[in-house]
Amino acid sequence: MAVKKFITGCFDDEAVLFPAVKQVRRKGYKIHDIFTPFPIHGLDKAMGLRDTSLHVAGFIYGITGTATALGFITWALTYDWPINFGGKPFFSLPAWIPITFELTVLFSAVGMVWTFCWLCQLAPFVKKDHFNPRSTDDLFVMALECTDKTSEAESISFLQSLGAKDVQVQHKETEWWWGRYDKDRKVFEQKDEKVH
Amino acid sequence: MSLLRYESQVRPPLVVGDKDYHQVTEDVCRPVEARPTKLWWIGFIISVLLLCFGIFSVYREVTYGVGQWNLNRTNGWGWDITNFVWWIGIGHAGTLISAILLLFRQGWRTGVNRAAEAMTIFAVMCAGQFPIWHMGRVWDAFFVLPYPNTRGPLWPNFNSALLWDVFAISTYFTVSVLFWYSGLIPDVATLRDRAKKKWRKLFYGITAVGWTGSTKHWQRLEALALVLAGLSTPLVLSVHTIVSFDFATSVVPGWHTTIFPPYFVAGAVFSGFAMVQTLLLVTRKVLNLEEYITIEHIDVMNKIILLTGSIVGIAYLTELFVAWYSANPYENFAFWDTRANLNSPYGWAYYCMMSCNVLFPQIFWIRKMRRNLLVTFFMSVIVNIGMWFERFVIIVTSVHRDYLPSAWGPYYSPTIWEVGFYLGTFGLFFTCYFLFVKFFPVVAFAEIKHILKKSGESYKNNMAELEHESMEDFANIHGHDHGA
Repeated sequence: MAVKKFITGCFDDEAVLFPAVKQVRRKGYKIHDIFTPFPIHGLDKAMGLRDTSLHVAGFIYGITGTATALGFITWALTYDWPINFGGKPFFSLPAWIPITFELTVLFSAVGMVWTFCWLCQLAPFVKKDHFNPRSTDDLFVMALECTDKTSEAESISFLQSLGAKDVQVQHKETEWWWGRYDKDRKVFEQKDEKVH
Repeated sequence: MSLLRYESQVRPPLVVGDKDYHQVTEDVCRPVEARPTKLWWIGFIISVLLLCFGIFSVYREVTYGVGQWNLNRTNGWGWDITNFVWWIGIGHAGTLISAILLLFRQGWRTGVNRAAEAMTIFAVMCAGQFPIWHMGRVWDAFFVLPYPNTRGPLWPNFNSALLWDVFAISTYFTVSVLFWYSGLIPDVATLRDRAKKKWRKLFYGITAVGWTGSTKHWQRLEALALVLAGLSTPLVLSVHTIVSFDFATSVVPGWHTTIFPPYFVAGAVFSGFAMVQTLLLVTRKVLNLEEYITIEHIDVMNKIILLTGSIVGIAYLTELFVAWYSANPYENFAFWDTRANLNSPYGWAYYCMMSCNVLFPQIFWIRKMRRNLLVTFFMSVIVNIGMWFERFVIIVTSVHRDYLPSAWGPYYSPTIWEVGFYLGTFGLFFTCYFLFVKFFPVVAFAEIKHILKKSGESYKNNMAELEHESMEDFANIHGHDHGA
């Protein structure tokens, strides 16, 4: 649980946002995050985020599924209880391919979605602080993290010069907590001014 | 602007009208946030009544046994499995739109994918009912699962096409739900942030699972969507392939056919798109979404219906040809004396199938017909009737006369409880669909916003002047380097 101080600026056009991100990074500001209503291709690269390795996780889950299906069916039909189907071999691999394939897909999909939710901290009753409710509608909201050295006035005017609107200083919780969106009660104490 | 934003003027716009991002949100959220209309209530109540009739029919069947249905000695599957294959086929269009068209980077999928995927899920739910209740002793349904049991443990037969079906359909359902819901999260988050009422904040707060729209999260979500699309593509092909194996791995003339997998998949997409048309033509009208689900979308889907309908037509002709060419009397009997013979007991069903699936859809060669809403709606219903008859023809005509004439069963026609069960799944399907359109956005508007500046009408007009610029000027003026 950490409440931090942020400078937030809203952009309404990607064409303004991209050069702004470049300028902000060149100046040495730390971009906490940019909240957008839809995926903007190239923004992750522009912010210097590394590629996600979620697909690697998907592959690992997938081969786990393959191994589970093949291993289990082999054990069940050749060792645990071999059944003679019209004299065919107990180890009849071609007939097992459909189930092996299905379990590969199942493990991979379920595993990936689970990992995705884990990484992004998504679950029912998870609550997070918002910088601007319109960031899920039509605004791209950039949040710059303030440090001891950050000059508020300078950062605000800098963001404004880059085309940001509604530039504000905000204190926000960066972690998630359990809560309901129809209730404002927080499980921790809000410490406004003291924290940086 | 990115170079990738540019799209040729030859392509018609996918979002009609002068829209900005906020307008898109407003248009799509309006029906969700407004009170349900009278029309919605009427539709919903009819669906629930149908569902109740279905539940009562199933209650009869469970209490008194499968004897409540008119199945007989040779017709073991009848309407039940016909309906199963029909519903599962309908589901396929949703996955095709959401997964395969995503891989092919088809921008037009964004307008229709949400509703089509929802349709998939509800159709698979309906399909699943049939094999389950057909078991008769439904309380033993869990016997199909490989769990350690006190009977040995005796494992299910992993070499059986019917068990493959269990795995294929449960996987298909799970993956479809995950795919659909992961795409739904950002849009639900928008509804949550717009919510004024307490229950809306609570409901969408829970269902949006704490989505914020962080760039990193979007990056992961896009990666997830791409991999899920890559997984769903072979999955959807495998599902109807495996359903066709239920027939093709048997030795019954009329079922024992190697072309079944591709033929079933084409038929599934065919009927699925017809159902998408039926639903969306009504949905876009009632919810005022004509600017997002445009006449272009309908035109494109009609082309797919024409294509897949013709593939199915070729499959029918191939079956007839191979039956003749094989010189196998049983095959010949199944195809020429039973199906294609108008004087046989089920000849009418075969010709009904032929005309609905192959003949009538040829009208879509004409552009004017593809873009005519009334014709499209009528045809979408015709196609689904035709595809129901296809499954009926395959399932009933192949077995109603066994090898020995002494084993020929009486003419099979369903009881009211078989029909009731089928109507009940319509009730289930439409109850779910009505609830879906009431509580969730029917159009994936985050994705619409993503393509808005590329394919939106007003933005496309701005781009018209760019067509005259040389490639180099264009890149210098409008390109940016993604901050590499």
